[in-house]
Amino acid sequence: MDKDIILETRNVGKYFHDPVKFKVLDNICFETYAGEFLTLVGKSGSGKSTLLYILSTMDTDYEGELYIGGEKITGQKQDNLSDIRNLNIGFVFQFHYLLPEFSCLKNVMIPALKLGRLSPEQIEHEAYEKLEILGIKDQALKQASKLSGGQQQRVAIARALINRPKIIMGDEPTGNLDSKNSEIVFDIFRRLTSEFNQTIIAVTHDNDFAKASDRTIELADGKIINHDLQL
Amino acid sequence: MKIKSVNTDIALTHILSQKKQTLVAALGVTIGISIFIFLNSLVQGFSRYSDESLFKSVPHLRVYKEDEMSTPLLPDTSNSTPVLINPKISNLSKNLINPKQLLEIIKDQSYVVAASPQVSLSVFYKSGNSQINGVANGVMIAEENAMFNLQSSMVEGNVLDLQFTTEGIIIGVGIADQFNILSGDFLTVVSVDGIIKNLKVIGIFETGSAIVDKTKSYINLNVAQQMIQESPSYVTDIYVNTRDPDMAPAYVDDLESITHYQAEDWQTANAAAQAGGAMRNIILLSISVAVLLVGGFGIYNILNMTVSQKNNEIAILKATGFRGKDVIKIFLQQAIIIGTLGGIMGLILGAIIVTIMKNVYVGGNIKYFPIQFEPDIFLYGFLFGLAVTAVAGYIPAKNAANIDPVQIFRK
Repeated sequence: MDKDIILETRNVGKYFHDPVKFKVLDNICFETYAGEFLTLVGKSGSGKSTLLYILSTMDTDYEGELYIGGEKITGQKQDNLSDIRNLNIGFVFQFHYLLPEFSCLKNVMIPALKLGRLSPEQIEHEAYEKLEILGIKDQALKQASKLSGGQQQRVAIARALINRPKIIMGDEPTGNLDSKNSEIVFDIFRRLTSEFNQTIIAVTHDNDFAKASDRTIELADGKIINHDLQL
Repeated sequence: MKIKSVNTDIALTHILSQKKQTLVAALGVTIGISIFIFLNSLVQGFSRYSDESLFKSVPHLRVYKEDEMSTPLLPDTSNSTPVLINPKISNLSKNLINPKQLLEIIKDQSYVVAASPQVSLSVFYKSGNSQINGVANGVMIAEENAMFNLQSSMVEGNVLDLQFTTEGIIIGVGIADQFNILSGDFLTVVSVDGIIKNLKVIGIFETGSAIVDKTKSYINLNVAQQMIQESPSYVTDIYVNTRDPDMAPAYVDDLESITHYQAEDWQTANAAAQAGGAMRNIILLSISVAVLLVGGFGIYNILNMTVSQKNNEIAILKATGFRGKDVIKIFLQQAIIIGTLGGIMGLILGAIIVTIMKNVYVGGNIKYFPIQFEPDIFLYGFLFGLAVTAVAGYIPAKNAANIDPVQIFRK
């Protein structure tokens, strides 16, 4: 099958300098395809989160090269990286990181308002759509801090989707959720890859979650030890 | 473009969700700006008042003949031994030559609004057995009145009547009290040259300065010339008033070149008073700036708190594509909004303070507190307040922009 490579790393390595110099990632090379649901697993300290933040373009202190959509990301200016994230990458974290003073709707709208490609009315419409997909349209006008944990996480996912990014990155996206909510989040991710051809890269401890993904990369001691772990 | 940027939107939401802190920070600016306005209006009102009272007796410029110093008989040439002679004042008279024409020339200058020739002389005022030392100013009274508005300090009589009574005199209230005389009475005036004149008192003035009121008098120029046994063309000084007293030093060179005499501006003549005034202004200005800076610290403090409370939100904003510049804008706008709010309240409070102080009676010659509405000070106060706010807001905003989202997310 002919697949488009959406993200690629070439010999990515990274050191931590504090308290002593320590190689946390070593020679990471992998590719991921459009529409792929990829999970990163490994023990604590294996470097999987560190790798995710390099992929996210937020961490620029590494060696090797990173390509997103065929474009070389390594060495670009911070402002360009901000624009790339705004347009191409959505984030879902273990913690929701919503802006508590804003309504859920506004939280979802903010990245799109920043992008400024659509009018505020269109953005609002899209935000309602995303919230509907996630089943929390009725909570749209509530203040973000007034929602339950599972609902907040779903608002955070809606926010990650608003600009229709090519890639959605998750750092333990189900880590704070009960099994029911985890399942909901997983189903949403599934739909995104199959229906919208979006790529998911998620770091997880949750074996069920990893098992149900398209592919699982396992890291240990900063190295990829398995490119397609079968659980 | 978009009507309201998302940065502004976020800034406004932050501000509205912490109304109380915003108000406290704004009040700091309010107090700073109102004190700034009050003190600076006070400075301006005060120097205006003291300039006004100064210009009741001091002209903007004075043209006079400079004393010439004698030069060594043998100038220093390379091969001869120089002969040193004690330099001495060598001019025979302080007379300005052809004063009438000189006066016309000076009056023709576009920047001159009034010019008045002067001959002043030391005299004794005598009545019965008592006598007072004093100074009689020989003037052309119409010109002198145009320059110093003498009429405004008259307590009795009309200054311009001096024109019609050659042998007349206008005296200070101190002299009148001492001799117990009124307008219409006669006063004996004796010059140092021994000339005795019996002059009719035309009017009595009160300047508020006891020394001046006890010594000064105005007589006609020709009477003054007679009393020092000089010709009718004898004039020692010409007083000149310009449109703008602050510009006086700029005209010194011009006056010197057209008259060929020495000219002196009032700032040079009153350097000590000027220095005192400048010192007073600096003290008040530094107090007002200090108060404003304290207001700035209030803003710095609240924004710093906001930033440290909102580390997570700043991190997610940066993750979702907000640039460092955007983060700076968000927090700087909050500072500016707080500053503007505080500034507007400061303008209102400043206006209230000035209104109250204007109506405070302090007595004496000043009567009411010498403070006025100075629109430019209100403007400067507001702009300066905003500038302090912007600087105070920029530091925490910059810190917020430097937050590394990865460090926040990895906690």
